[in-house]
Amino acid sequence: MFIIDPHCHMVSRTTADYETMALAGVVAISEPAFWAGFDRSPAGFVDYYRQLTEFEPKRAAQFGIDHYCWICLNPKEAEDLGKAKEVLAEIPKFLDKPTVLGVGEIGLNKNTPNEAKVFQQHVQMAIDTWEKSKAAGATGGHHLILIHTPHLEDKLKGTKWTLEMLKDFGSKIDHSRVLIDHVEEHTIKIVKDAGYWAGMTLYPVSKCTPQRAVDMIEMHGAERLMVNAAADWGVSDPLNTHRTMLEAKKRGHALETLMTVFYNNPARFFGQCPKFKPRPMRVEEVRE
Amino acid sequence: MKTLPEKSRSAAEVLDTYFLETRAKLIEIAANLDRVDRSPELIQVRGDMRLTFIDRALEILRGPGPSRAEQIQRLYSKE
Repeated sequence: MFIIDPHCHMVSRTTADYETMALAGVVAISEPAFWAGFDRSPAGFVDYYRQLTEFEPKRAAQFGIDHYCWICLNPKEAEDLGKAKEVLAEIPKFLDKPTVLGVGEIGLNKNTPNEAKVFQQHVQMAIDTWEKSKAAGATGGHHLILIHTPHLEDKLKGTKWTLEMLKDFGSKIDHSRVLIDHVEEHTIKIVKDAGYWAGMTLYPVSKCTPQRAVDMIEMHGAERLMVNAAADWGVSDPLNTHRTMLEAKKRGHALETLMTVFYNNPARFFGQCPKFKPRPMRVEEVRE
Repeated sequence: MKTLPEKSRSAAEVLDTYFLETRAKLIEIAANLDRVDRSPELIQVRGDMRLTFIDRALEILRGPGPSRAEQIQRLYSKE
């Protein structure tokens, strides 16, 4: 079966991981901009954005994988407003690159006022820079937005605050063009009820397990829901998306459900950006 | 709307599938707590909020389902 991993930090992975993922059916990856494990200089961000938009697509293509990315200043480095201003000024130059899907992963990390300010600036940028893309034939009211939600004890408060801030943008925000990531048992409902797409991240200790992810698919429905491995430089596994699919398969979920969660939902959400090539597919039994 | 498997499994089947995994995790929790108890200067962690959290989470486990996971997530969330 084909799989689209909607959130994987491939800059941290080896080329062998690309090969493994390709062997396991991954045909496309979306890679949000994130924290490198240390705080970078503004110049370091420009190099990073070039890595995401120039180098990674080539590395992925060796294995027949389409590589897409998202550009932003991640929340972990948003505390320094001076640096944020400098980095944000560089972002529009990258948004129209051929493999950039939108602005992300933005959001809150420790729920601080400065993180909130920089989050709002990113959302405003996604709206303000849209006109140029629109002229190139894209539809919608803003760039696609990918949102990170905080970890552990900060997640619930941060998710609620994120939703409030998005609400403040009113009709300027199209909920169907926003993906809110790292939802868990206590946040999935408020995100889906608000009409946003939701992502579940399979990550040891701090996030979700394959078993819990399938529980959430069952309880909250496959609609507007995605699963990702988020594999990065920490202890993580790019095949955790597959382990979740296997858990769903073991429980007897239909092939159509697996297709929905692991391929068609990402294809539908990302496909709102005309740069994203994979299209939703239908499972059809042929009787001969 | 819920997304359910094509054929629903009985509670007994689900328990068969996950019992050993659950048992292993409970033993792991017990061993983790024993390790804390065996360590020197145990008094330093008396009243530690994390141990209180574990106690309260165990109470949730003893309570009725089916939203125990969500209840523990909320217990551990800062408001």
